[in-house]
Amino acid sequence: MLPTAPTIMPTAGASLLTVAVLLPFFGVLFGLLLGGRNAERVAWATIVLGVVTVLAISRSLLSTRAALIYHLGGWAPPLGIALRADGLSVCMMLVVAVVVAAVAVYAHADFSTPAGAREARGPFSFWLLLLAVWGSLNLIFVSGDIFTLYVALELLTFAGAPLVSLDGRGETLQAALRYLLFALAGSMFYLLGAFLLYGVYGTLDIALLASQIKAQPVTWAAAALMTAGLLAKTALFPLHLWLPPAHAGAPAAASALLSGLVIKGSWFLVLRLWLDVFPVTATPAAAQWLAAFGASAIIIGNCVALRQARLKLLIAYSTVAQIGYLFLMFPLVAALDASRLASGPVVTGGLLQVVSHATAKAAMFMAAGLIYATLGHDRIADLRGSARALPLTVTAFVLAGASLVGLPPSGGFVAKWLLLSGATATAQWWWMLAMLAGGLLTSAYVFIVMVRSLAPAPAGWTAKRRVSAYQQWAVMALAQCSFLLGFAVLLPIDIVQIGRTGAPP
Amino acid sequence: MTTTTIFGFCAAVLVGLGLYGLIVNPQPLRKLLAFNLMGNGVFLICAVIARRGAAAGMGGDPVPQALLITAIVVAFAASALAVALMLRLSEETGACSLSSTRGEGD
Amino acid sequence: MSIATHISLALLLLGLAFWTIVVRDTFSAVAGFIPYGLLLTSAWLALAAIDVALTEAAIGAGLTGALLIAAASRLHKTEIAARAEQRGTITRILAAILATTMTAAIMACILRLPDRAPTLAPTVARHLAQTGVGNPITAVLLSFRAMDTLLEAIVLLVGLIAIWSLAPDRAWGGRPGQAQTEDPKGPLAYLARVLPPIGIVIAIYIFWVGADHPGGKFQGATILAAMWLLVMMSGLSDAPAIDRGWLRFLLIVGPAAFIAVGFLGVVVAGAFLSYPTGFAKLLIVLIEAALLPSLAVTLALLLAGPPRRPGRRA
Repeated sequence: MLPTAPTIMPTAGASLLTVAVLLPFFGVLFGLLLGGRNAERVAWATIVLGVVTVLAISRSLLSTRAALIYHLGGWAPPLGIALRADGLSVCMMLVVAVVVAAVAVYAHADFSTPAGAREARGPFSFWLLLLAVWGSLNLIFVSGDIFTLYVALELLTFAGAPLVSLDGRGETLQAALRYLLFALAGSMFYLLGAFLLYGVYGTLDIALLASQIKAQPVTWAAAALMTAGLLAKTALFPLHLWLPPAHAGAPAAASALLSGLVIKGSWFLVLRLWLDVFPVTATPAAAQWLAAFGASAIIIGNCVALRQARLKLLIAYSTVAQIGYLFLMFPLVAALDASRLASGPVVTGGLLQVVSHATAKAAMFMAAGLIYATLGHDRIADLRGSARALPLTVTAFVLAGASLVGLPPSGGFVAKWLLLSGATATAQWWWMLAMLAGGLLTSAYVFIVMVRSLAPAPAGWTAKRRVSAYQQWAVMALAQCSFLLGFAVLLPIDIVQIGRTGAPP
Repeated sequence: MTTTTIFGFCAAVLVGLGLYGLIVNPQPLRKLLAFNLMGNGVFLICAVIARRGAAAGMGGDPVPQALLITAIVVAFAASALAVALMLRLSEETGACSLSSTRGEGD
Repeated sequence: MSIATHISLALLLLGLAFWTIVVRDTFSAVAGFIPYGLLLTSAWLALAAIDVALTEAAIGAGLTGALLIAAASRLHKTEIAARAEQRGTITRILAAILATTMTAAIMACILRLPDRAPTLAPTVARHLAQTGVGNPITAVLLSFRAMDTLLEAIVLLVGLIAIWSLAPDRAWGGRPGQAQTEDPKGPLAYLARVLPPIGIVIAIYIFWVGADHPGGKFQGATILAAMWLLVMMSGLSDAPAIDRGWLRFLLIVGPAAFIAVGFLGVVVAGAFLSYPTGFAKLLIVLIEAALLPSLAVTLALLLAGPPRRPGRRA
């Protein structure tokens, strides 16, 4: 007989989990119905309500110090579907809400319906797809069922791919198609792994699987398949080929969403699976492979970024490199768990890395968009004059870059510090080399961009278009989030440990 | 050799064929066809698992069968989106190809 | 069916699949895909998955086949240029190695599945009466795992928005597909006059009977969608412009009703998407009745594609 999860009376915080997931989708329905300019208005209302909801959920989590669990339909797993939010989920939901809000402020200028038109394709699609991305990400963070997670992954892909080709040019359509095919193949691999897990253990619930999983060949195969599929969607080297043209070709606000948030969804699933479902199979040896790809991504991505002529492509290749950092934590956690040491700080480091990258990369893409609008191009060699025309924006770009490099007090600095201490504790010094090399390379191209933009403009040059102040402030706000994130480690609570399963006793 | 093993092996070959076609065929429409084959292989495995779970008077475990219905519908939507992208790409550029014919210019 | 039938079915399936991958002409490959889909339907029947067979016949073979044939014919002119690109031998060998490894690994997994397979069938049977429906798959889809069905309806809608976003700017708000210039007295128009009433009755029957027997709203909605597509393709009626209010309303009424019933469950029965005792069947039928038109319209429009002609009459 399969164990049934105990019936739990949902707390208020847990009930809000359904609101967090369904509110953006309700916004999509409502926006589709009302149409026209109302799509943006509905999006704004949804963002306000959504931020309030996520704050309420965080408060509930902090007050109960336990994971929030909700059984949909009143049916307990394995028969029904459970929603489960622990510290990691709530942190991710918070950062997604903040980035979505900032991107919405920024996008108001680029994606408002022009006066005189009842409904325009670009703005209408953008606002609805923005909400769809948000809803799918929230679902990924709180779903406790691996098949619901598959549906969430497909939702994320359907919302992300058209964002790439939003401007309708041939190259972006091609990039979107390539992204779609990679993402669909990845989901199919993931689904196969999920079915195999059901075939052996008879349940799709993450908590139940965690309690029953054993290291068998089929479990190994399922873990390998699911991880491979998710790596294709996260664009970890060597499955990264689709990312640079897709993220560079999309409009700036869309690139911010794609690079900052969408790829974090599939990464989070890898983390969730490896920490909660597969800790018994996630041996240090298997995790070394993941981190080896990560280290290659860091070196190769940064080297290619240095050679780019266009700013958006540089930022896109920088994303390829930064994704590598996100996978360095896996062998560290596995080794610490194997030696019964505390792996919490390393997980916190990984979380900080994700949050600082999400905010920093979104800020960088939005800054690049403003520079493009002002100069009419984004060639790095000809960035002169942009610092004088857009002081706030270029400062924000540099601050975001500093966070990616890992300068104090940024989130990137604390993240790397925690990961480095994990590496020294488990004597895996080779990952330290990769991190340091990556930091050096990143500082090189951030420096180059800064120097070029500080150069004075040629005489008589005027901006192609004036960008609004609020756009620049949105960019600066996100960059500051990333840059000052290091102070978050001073908070007295260990968020990551709240509700964490699979940790050694 | 039981029915489930036969179809399980058939599914395994379908997944392999689909994966091969997805990687090797350069045309997007052929890649989509291969993806559908791979998807059908994965669905067959689920149906095999459902059949093996026949109990309580039912011919198969209803949970995986319900999952299959959801997955088939989602796969159709994915194919529709991919086809729409391909058709738009061919209208825009006159060709439907994933290889870049020109370098990344401005 | 006997083992021999199953083996021949599997071999035929694999033969068609192999042909689809290796044949040079794309249209032939797509043409092979349709019988492959029908054989796959028989495979589902051999594995005692009748609801799945219905869905596969309708959506997997039917709608997907129609989609791929339309795509192949419209991409025909790019065929010659595309044929010139071929992958190098190294890629082929590596891909073949990867594919063979996958196949072997999956075969090994199939053989290693536990002998006493874990199953949720007894659990479903125990709680089936509570749901008010007799078909266990409908119970799973609309009661135990109703969230998945709600999300699936949303996935379809987001997919439709994604397809619409691919329209050229000038055609936004307009009609999908080409203006049909079919002969109003020709065979297609004749079919489009005769079949839809029959199709609608069959669709509603399949939808209604799905509560207790194989069937349900997906299969019914696909038949409705197919009837509508037939009417559009024959020129008897034009595709609707996508900015029409009634169209938008039909698209969202299903998921919106689903979410509304879900939150009603919070108030009355204590959890999202739980049904108060005694009202379960009524609410399930209500949700399905709202989803049926939404799904039918969404599926038809997914096939029709993005708007290509302006909708407003000049």
